[in-house]
Amino acid sequence: MFKYFLSWVLYAAVLVLNAQAKEATPLAADPALEARVMVIAEELRCLVCQNETIAASHADLAVDLRNQIRQKLTQGQSSQQILDFMVERYGDFVLYRPPLKTTTILLWVGPFVLLTIAFAVLAVNIRQRRSAAPPAALTADEASRAKQMLADNTDHP
Amino acid sequence: MKGLLTGLLSGLFSKRFLPLVVFIVLLVFLAIGLGLKPREVPSPLINKQAPAFNLPVLGQPEKMLSQQDLLGKVWVLNVWASWCVACRVEHPLWVEFAKTGAVPIYGLNYKDKRDDAIRWLNNFGNPYQHSLVDAEGLVGIDFGVYGVPETFVIDKTGVIRLKHIGPVTADALQNTILPLIKKLVGS
Repeated sequence: MFKYFLSWVLYAAVLVLNAQAKEATPLAADPALEARVMVIAEELRCLVCQNETIAASHADLAVDLRNQIRQKLTQGQSSQQILDFMVERYGDFVLYRPPLKTTTILLWVGPFVLLTIAFAVLAVNIRQRRSAAPPAALTADEASRAKQMLADNTDHP
Repeated sequence: MKGLLTGLLSGLFSKRFLPLVVFIVLLVFLAIGLGLKPREVPSPLINKQAPAFNLPVLGQPEKMLSQQDLLGKVWVLNVWASWCVACRVEHPLWVEFAKTGAVPIYGLNYKDKRDDAIRWLNNFGNPYQHSLVDAEGLVGIDFGVYGVPETFVIDKTGVIRLKHIGPVTADALQNTILPLIKKLVGS
């Protein structure tokens, strides 16, 4: 009898836990939608923890913004419309792939400018080394001194 | 020309001066970096019309307030919440500011609980003409709020003229916000 009772309690507990688990994530109801939400959220920077995407962040704001994305998707908005919505409010900084324009030109071109400078320095260096005169041949006097030094050296291994 | 350039480059990057040049360049970048505030993301809403809202007033849920109702006067929107620790830091400044009666301050009570919010105002003083209840934080998103407290100065035509991110300081209030408000009121 007690066994039955226990199994019923366990069963009830499982039911309750299940219900709670579902309540905590009503958003996973439609995995396809959720996947689309995450694809867009991956493109957006969380402004609270600035090196995380809105998809990865646990900040309250990130949760709210994911809700916004979800809601707008269900309203039939395109991902571009949603990204525009975010940029209107938070600026280009919210995008992990900022657009190419005058304010972001340094960001896009900067690395290539640095690379060009590096190549220029390299080229100048190589040219200098090539054009440097080869060392002059030793005079007879220097040669004999060098010979002597080398001979000396054998005495002290 | 080409000779001059190579001459200059080789002079600048000669073995003797190269470490110094690199050091100075690095120093300049670090000095600039120290002055930057990456937490303060410039808002695209500056000089744009404040987003539309229609929110209930804290403590008077039957009363609604929209941005239309505030046209014709310069006003300050201060985003606050009872759970926000930094809000407490700036709060005395707003209480003082409200006493001067320069321009009305409206609060945006962001993602807060009603009772907590009212208790908070009772404890620390209420500088706000009204506080608008943004329980879901949706109006906050429209204003691009990401770090409470935030403060906006909005002009007579409903255009956002300034955004201050984080707790307002006496310095920012005296030297940036007040002069702007004076200018806007005068215009």
